[in-house]
Amino acid sequence: MTAVLDRRAKPLARPAPDRRVRRQNRLAWIARHSIAIALTVMFVTPVAYLVLLSLMTSDQALTSDYWPNSWHPENYWRVFEVTPLPHYLLNTVFYAVSSTTLVLLSSVPAAYALAKLKFRGRNALFLTVICVMMLPPQVVTVPLYLMWARYGLTGSLAPLIIPALFGDAFCIFLLRQFLLTIPSEYLDAARVDGCGEWRTLLRVVLPMARPGIAAAGLFQFFYCWNDYYGPLLYTSENEGAWTLTLGLASFHSVHHVDWNLVTAATVLAMAPLIIIFFFAQRAFVQGITLTGFKG
Amino acid sequence: MTAKPLGVRVRQNATTLSFLAPALIGIAVFFLYPLVSAVYFSFTKFDLLSVPKWVGLDNYKRMADDPFLLQSVRNTLWMVVVFVPVRIVAAIGLSMLLTQLKRGAGFFRTIFYLPALVPPVAATIAFVYLLKPGTGPVNHFLEKIGIDGPLWFNSPAWAKPSLVLLGLWAIGDLMIIFLAGVLGVPESLYEAAELDGANAWHRFWSITVPTIRPVILFAAVTGVIYTLQYFDQAAVAGSIASGQATVGGGIASNFGYPEGSTFTYPLWLYTVGFGYHALGYANALAMALFVVALGITVILLRRAKAFSGEES
Repeated sequence: MTAVLDRRAKPLARPAPDRRVRRQNRLAWIARHSIAIALTVMFVTPVAYLVLLSLMTSDQALTSDYWPNSWHPENYWRVFEVTPLPHYLLNTVFYAVSSTTLVLLSSVPAAYALAKLKFRGRNALFLTVICVMMLPPQVVTVPLYLMWARYGLTGSLAPLIIPALFGDAFCIFLLRQFLLTIPSEYLDAARVDGCGEWRTLLRVVLPMARPGIAAAGLFQFFYCWNDYYGPLLYTSENEGAWTLTLGLASFHSVHHVDWNLVTAATVLAMAPLIIIFFFAQRAFVQGITLTGFKG
Repeated sequence: MTAKPLGVRVRQNATTLSFLAPALIGIAVFFLYPLVSAVYFSFTKFDLLSVPKWVGLDNYKRMADDPFLLQSVRNTLWMVVVFVPVRIVAAIGLSMLLTQLKRGAGFFRTIFYLPALVPPVAATIAFVYLLKPGTGPVNHFLEKIGIDGPLWFNSPAWAKPSLVLLGLWAIGDLMIIFLAGVLGVPESLYEAAELDGANAWHRFWSITVPTIRPVILFAAVTGVIYTLQYFDQAAVAGSIASGQATVGGGIASNFGYPEGSTFTYPLWLYTVGFGYHALGYANALAMALFVVALGITVILLRRAKAFSGEES
């Protein structure tokens, strides 16, 4: 997946083991790979089962069969015709794209200041960011909801997108951790050349921080795409603003018997993320390792 | 540092402020203001139509005998005690396995990771279908090998374990974090131990575990925090397994189905606030959540170096 996680390949120069040890090693090798293969089956089964269900007729999808008698890929465009899926999809894309763009624009400068500028109260501010990141969103849900209701913005995605203009704690944290890995000498050189801080950020730091920004952007995009609590809270009253997750959760009642369509929609909801992942594995895994601990 | 002229200092501060302004406004408007409001509201009684009326400690007293609160706290505690450790052990196990594989490690790593990408709502739907007592393939398979499968999401005893299975399936993020930790253990330590004749089990306990202890702490703390806000999967599993999803999720009468076994603390908070519109009481519940989550966050902040403000 990425260089960070590829190591431990160098064999040690050791005296050649005797036959008994070699046999034991081979058995261990087989055992380990068998476990890995069994686990692979377990990890793949849920998605494979969904895909198979989504290709059945609606009658067969109600049975305990797991292999389609006849294949119905047309379920995938039928679900666009007979359900409001296109609408949900559009809302989700709008939410995820706008929120990600705005969050990056507002978080990168803040992360840069926290990582590379010296100012009074920096530690206190960073601690506050961590607290915001760690605390469950439910703590401030009611007052926030009342605030948005006062401005008449509930029933839309605005309460989820507008805050993106003002940074996101997790995104700031992740970017700061990444920016710390950029040696300050580069920045000092730029400053000596007469660059102001903003120019230094745009010309020197941004190009070097691309992997970190990519990771932060991916996380934000995925978060929005998967978000259920937010849209449930703010848009359940207005179906016009529903996102995919909300639609999926309610499909079951509206299209109660059409499991094949429900599963087709479910597969469609996960497919984009998996495709994006394969194009951006590196940035992704690097981002995850950055979120953890350090020593 | 030599003292700089006042003009330069002011300009520098202005620049710094220009970097931070959006985030500062964000923290003030979307965190501090609602947090302070929540504290105030927790001492009042009101709904969406009425004005907050001061009631002192009434909301907190009400928490003392609220059977639904008790049930939701029990469920959330169960998740903290079972869900979090099981996930950590599984993630360590998977990462150890991956480091031992000489062939195809990259392939297996990707496969094990992928489910973490599936939207929780979609994953929950998949698991409810997979574990359907009557027609689901899992019970079908169990029947074939002579086991009478449980009712999974439809059984009060098995609904939470089913959620744990779901959490194990989507373990990818945690696995990657542990994998990076396990790979960070210096090879020389293992070699030295091997020369001393320590077997694999011994090496794991005396070298790997102590070295990745900070990662375990991190995983435990973030895991508990995650469990405290566990909402999506519980809400969706309840409503879909009950077979009568309320449109949009809305305020589902089937929250917690079956028999309240998946009724977590956030579900109760949500129901009180947006189902019953008992907004004062909902804020008191939020305060309790705040105190617990803050306490746990402080544990992490005091221990992990990465979280201290120092440049590493």
